[in-house]
Amino acid sequence: MKDKSFIDLASIRAGLENGGKKRFWRSLEQLADPEEYEKLARQEFPQDPPARQAQPGVSRRNMLKLMAASAGLAGLTACTKLPIEHITPYVNPPEEFVPGHPLFYATSMPRPEGGAIGLLVKSNMGRPTKVEGNPDHPGSLGSTDVFGQASVLDLWDADRAQTVMHGGAITNYTEFLELLGQLRSLYLTQKGAGFRILTETVTSPTLGSQLKALLADFPEAKWHQYTPVNRHAEREGLKALYGQYLSAYYKFDQADVVVSLDADFLCSGRGGVRYTRDFADRRRIKDTHSSMNRLYVVESMATITGASADHRLPLKSSRVEAFATALAVAVGVKGVEAGAQAPEGVPSEWVAALVRDLQQHRGTSIVLAGEQQPPMVHALAHAINAALGNTGKTVIYTDPIEVQPINELESIRELVGDINAGKVDTLLIIGGNPVYNAPADLEFEKALDKVNLRLRLGIYNDETSYRCHWFIPQVHYLEGWSDDRAYDGTACLVQPLIAPLYANRSPHEVLGALLGDPGRTPHEWVRGFWADQKLATPVEYETFWETSLEKGIIAGSAFQARTVIPKPDFAATLPKGGNGAGAGSMEIAFRPDPTVWDGSYTNNSWLQELPKPLTTMTWDNAAYISPNTADQLGVMSRDVVEVTSDGRRLRVPVWVLPGHADGCLTITFGYGRSRAGRVGNGTGFNAYSIWTSTAPEFAPISKPARTGDHYRLVTMQRHSIVTEGGRKHEIESKEAFNRDLVRVASLGEFRSNPDFAADPPEETTQAPNLYPPYDYSKGYQWGMSIDLNSCVGCNSCVIACYAENNIAVVGKEQVDAGRIMQWIRVDTYWRGNLENPETYHVVMPCMHCENAPCEYVCPVGATMHSPEGLNVMVYNRCVGTRYCSNNCPYKVRRFNFFLFSDWTTPSLYGVRNPDVTVRSRGVMEKCTYCVQRIKEAEIRTQVENRTIKDGEIVTACQQACPTKAIVFGNINDPNSEVANLKAQSRKYVLLADLNIRPRTSYLARLRNPNPEIKE
Amino acid sequence: MAAREPDNVGTIVAPGSEVLGPGHSYGSVTDKISSIVLTRGTGNKYKIGFGLAVALLLMLNFGITVLFAVGVGIWGINIPVGWGFAITNFVWWIGIGHAGTLISAFLLLMRQKWRTSINRFAEAMTLFAVACAGTFPLLHMGRPWLFYYLLPYPDTMGVWPQFRSPLVWDVFAVSTYATVSLLFWYVGLIPDLATLRDRANKKFKQVIYGVFALGWRGSARHWKRYEMAGLLLAGLATPLVVSVHTVVSFDFTIAILPGWHSTIFPPYFVAGAIYSGFAMVIALAVPLRKYYGLEDFLTIRHIDNMGKMMLATGLIVAYSYVMETFMAFYSGNKFDIYMIMNRMTGPYAGVYWTLIAVNLVIPQLLWSSKIRRNPLWLFILSFSVQTGMWLERYMIIVSSLHRDFIPSSWGMFDPTRWDYIIFFGTIGLFFTLFYLFIRFLPMISIFEMRDLVHKTAEEAHS
Repeated sequence: MKDKSFIDLASIRAGLENGGKKRFWRSLEQLADPEEYEKLARQEFPQDPPARQAQPGVSRRNMLKLMAASAGLAGLTACTKLPIEHITPYVNPPEEFVPGHPLFYATSMPRPEGGAIGLLVKSNMGRPTKVEGNPDHPGSLGSTDVFGQASVLDLWDADRAQTVMHGGAITNYTEFLELLGQLRSLYLTQKGAGFRILTETVTSPTLGSQLKALLADFPEAKWHQYTPVNRHAEREGLKALYGQYLSAYYKFDQADVVVSLDADFLCSGRGGVRYTRDFADRRRIKDTHSSMNRLYVVESMATITGASADHRLPLKSSRVEAFATALAVAVGVKGVEAGAQAPEGVPSEWVAALVRDLQQHRGTSIVLAGEQQPPMVHALAHAINAALGNTGKTVIYTDPIEVQPINELESIRELVGDINAGKVDTLLIIGGNPVYNAPADLEFEKALDKVNLRLRLGIYNDETSYRCHWFIPQVHYLEGWSDDRAYDGTACLVQPLIAPLYANRSPHEVLGALLGDPGRTPHEWVRGFWADQKLATPVEYETFWETSLEKGIIAGSAFQARTVIPKPDFAATLPKGGNGAGAGSMEIAFRPDPTVWDGSYTNNSWLQELPKPLTTMTWDNAAYISPNTADQLGVMSRDVVEVTSDGRRLRVPVWVLPGHADGCLTITFGYGRSRAGRVGNGTGFNAYSIWTSTAPEFAPISKPARTGDHYRLVTMQRHSIVTEGGRKHEIESKEAFNRDLVRVASLGEFRSNPDFAADPPEETTQAPNLYPPYDYSKGYQWGMSIDLNSCVGCNSCVIACYAENNIAVVGKEQVDAGRIMQWIRVDTYWRGNLENPETYHVVMPCMHCENAPCEYVCPVGATMHSPEGLNVMVYNRCVGTRYCSNNCPYKVRRFNFFLFSDWTTPSLYGVRNPDVTVRSRGVMEKCTYCVQRIKEAEIRTQVENRTIKDGEIVTACQQACPTKAIVFGNINDPNSEVANLKAQSRKYVLLADLNIRPRTSYLARLRNPNPEIKE
Repeated sequence: MAAREPDNVGTIVAPGSEVLGPGHSYGSVTDKISSIVLTRGTGNKYKIGFGLAVALLLMLNFGITVLFAVGVGIWGINIPVGWGFAITNFVWWIGIGHAGTLISAFLLLMRQKWRTSINRFAEAMTLFAVACAGTFPLLHMGRPWLFYYLLPYPDTMGVWPQFRSPLVWDVFAVSTYATVSLLFWYVGLIPDLATLRDRANKKFKQVIYGVFALGWRGSARHWKRYEMAGLLLAGLATPLVVSVHTVVSFDFTIAILPGWHSTIFPPYFVAGAIYSGFAMVIALAVPLRKYYGLEDFLTIRHIDNMGKMMLATGLIVAYSYVMETFMAFYSGNKFDIYMIMNRMTGPYAGVYWTLIAVNLVIPQLLWSSKIRRNPLWLFILSFSVQTGMWLERYMIIVSSLHRDFIPSSWGMFDPTRWDYIIFFGTIGLFFTLFYLFIRFLPMISIFEMRDLVHKTAEEAHS
């Protein structure tokens, strides 16, 4: 290269003469040697994306190179000139904005199964950090489930797709828009022939209207919907019974008797949070005059719903239909004939008692079927409700909340068929992940490769994105405008709290571009849609919109209840016999996972580490089997078996789960993913690989074969099942009852002996002390009450605590080593025989003992007692001797054995609560009763010169709890809710005889068994 | 007395006794002992042994480096078992140290002359064992760089240690113990250092020994003050024999954990400490007397006496085991009963029954005087007791913690390779120090042996 430090004047002159006066020039160098200049300029300010790579994705090395280069270039430009855009100094902050004070915004979280839950999301200086329930939203009432709580982590997930990709190389959205423009003109002429859209179940009214408008433009195009866990059976069952697609929802607050036919309705699926609240409210006990509802559960898998049951019957999934039929016949459903044989494994007096109970509660009972049951069972359940007069009272039917309800299994089958028939040229996949989760028999992945142009909008660069030509990163719901519907049809708005972190785009934008309006923002689409609904006059629309945004819902938009009449011949139109899974043979049942659902949350480390209900398993799924079936197969937990279903094989470890039905396996979806991200890859086993569209609920299998392999499944509780004297029992549960940790009585026993849970006096007598007691009668004295009768063990409190308190995720290895960091945990114990045990949960936060054993053993005073009765941790002072944990009888203390907090992933900085220290290596931590919330309220009320009102401080676990089982407050205030609860006769504390005087107390569990059933 | 007194007083020849071989004079004991340091040099066996010890020490360095860089998570500890090998090792090493203090201080006050030939290396053993023990409280901390938080230093924030915690008591107990042991050992060395200074044939050695001899000339005035200082230090050290392990046992008794919370622990721990300490003295004495030909100084009587001490303390330990079990059932406390049953039949039953075998049953062989007077047998038994005492601490710590009050939190402790690396590493540290000690310092007190020669001769005379 020539020496550029000396500019050759002669060549400059030559350059000027050549170009004449028309030419503009930018520098002397350019005049001197245009080609060389061009090179230099490109080198300095690259306009093209860096070299396109042959392999898909960006390698780490290149990623780093780019990062370094972009940082360098950013520095260069900054040195030379100021940006053209006007910058505004922070003199006049936006309204309501006070630095350091978080703001809450109402929004909604759309769910993969359709429908949304309303949320209030906390924004710290513009960062969404914590999700709470929206009290105004009918599906939430202020509470959330685990998915809602954990969704904020997805926003900050470093593995979320960040760039538009074309053919595996990074490109930009403008190029994609050009393509969409071309596609639009092409398909306008072709009337859309060959164009297909595949979405998840669409419940967003705006998105639905866009899709319908698109179909109007492209009349021969088709819109397919597919979600693996899609309420297919309910939809088809209702259609068979009532002749049309409907949505049904339940009013558990009106129900005295609830019968679940394999329905895990507590905190799971659409409306689950609301149902849990209503259900718990009907069981809330004030005194001996209070009443309780009664829950009967017939289920194959052991779930938290079964754990809450007063009567539970483990039954193979395929036999539930026979049970439902028997029930239908008994309550007088027309058009149903009892099967040739009575349902096997069901005591007849059990059914008779249940039927009498139902008939005594006509109009105040609910019979509901689970999503893992075929349409027939759903139809029967709704027919039974109709026969019992529950329709319109406890069971409400509305227009479907889906914009376009269809048989989704048929829809994807049709799509695959059309692709294979060569009818599909362009396929736009919005959301979902069909390559991973489409039924195995459709071989979607193979079919997809035959489509000429595959476009994909998705949150992750996942299995499906990887197989598409174009990939557009989709916005997280906290980043983009949208709308959706609650379980009862109430329209709710999805309001973003933050601009997209990366080059993410909303489905509204992409569809908007296809509709020929690429410039219209998602906000304009959503706002425009609701303006078109004429819910307010144009003059008042601004106010209407602001109010709706503030509340998160469109007031009064809930669907009206529909009056429907069941068809008498419904049973004839539905297939019987549950997919041919005959009696005697083994079967496998499929269901969404309690922590990663259908795979949508697989890359969420909070959810991965969350111990699953009952099993407390983390980071994996398994084939759950009953103890008897385990004996029959000759396997134990962690043994790998080979399951063969319809010729497809899956090697999966088994887990012996007490209470599981005999003769069947249950496997959950969501695991075994290959492109989930750093968190989710390589966890668990892919149930979709043996799941077919012909048997979507459960399928017959031959006897699973032992492989002789073992797989390390990791649980938080050990759940050691041993055989002693020919009987199996779980040693931890046995010992927990020996130690009176779980106290339970029937409602009748409670009425005759309200003090059944009280500790004997010799265990509560205060030992004499050399020192005068501390005077705790002054000021605030914080305490907590946990109602074990309300708690259903849904784990929402655990995830809420992760989010609120910056709790570190430690990974499978460390969980196995006994180092899980959660501050609050849900312990599970069983009582009775392991075939069908009673299941009990004990929620364990720090007890904040008055005589805390952790405090006096700490050599440096890192854990101390506050005058308000809090047992506080001083992280700065902690040297990590772990003596406090050794001496904690509840073992609620958690230690940072390594640097568990992620201090290096920048995107995760965003999710942290700025009010809570991110702990370093070598310090102990534990539940603080959310001391940051207490202090915030104390400071605020001191400024306002008043005392804190009862209920003004809620802990994160309390706030999330769908059943409101956790109550926190000032126990010095006799009128506070917590003081009243602690005054109840059911109150007890754990390990009272240690004289450590815990501040967290429990209310004992009650059961409401049917006196006619002897068990 | 002049500085080179042994040459001048070579006339007395002791006829020998149970604690001293026959025919020894001042000169012969001085020659014998000082030659090991000054003239004998390092043989191949020494080099191999020392090399092994240094290799283990290097392993310890490696282990500690990784430990400090990564965190205590490299060990098998968890919630609920927050303490594992580190505290086990700490208590074990501290216990081993006890025999040295007992021999040098307690037996001095008791005027037990058989202690003379073993007290020097037993004291050295104490010192090195305390050094090994002292590393563990530091290593086991989550943030060891903040160890000084446990010291009552004038802090700008006005924060002091939390004096109700037994770990703070440990700091004082162990540091006092280490200081007094060091002082006692060093003061005891001064006359011998002077002897070595005088006998050294190289300038360098003369200077080094001379500096540490603090100008000792052996004048009567020196001796008068020296004897008084020795007595005073012995008086100071004797209570420490009881107090240090009592305080260490408080680490457990103060807690509310079943299996820890027990009033029997202080005497039980002290007895156990002396038990393991004598086992260690035997384990060191037997090879030393053989390799360096010290049978005249470390006689069968010594071995026998130490065997008796082991038997006596071992019986106290056995009694404690029995009482611990009895008290659990006698109390009727369900947690205590479960703890004992779990120890005997639970996942760590193997540890418990091995402990009973090696610590309680096998040492009963010491009732036989034949076995007591056989160095090889005693050497083997000492290993049995060492293992047993280590397992005892392991059992107390791990089996009590792994299943405490709330069954949902029960867990297991599985040691990792890092647990072993650091444990065996401290054995390397101990032996490295010990090898250096026998190479550079007289392992038997020369002046006290001369005193013994004198007394033995006098006794024979009268």
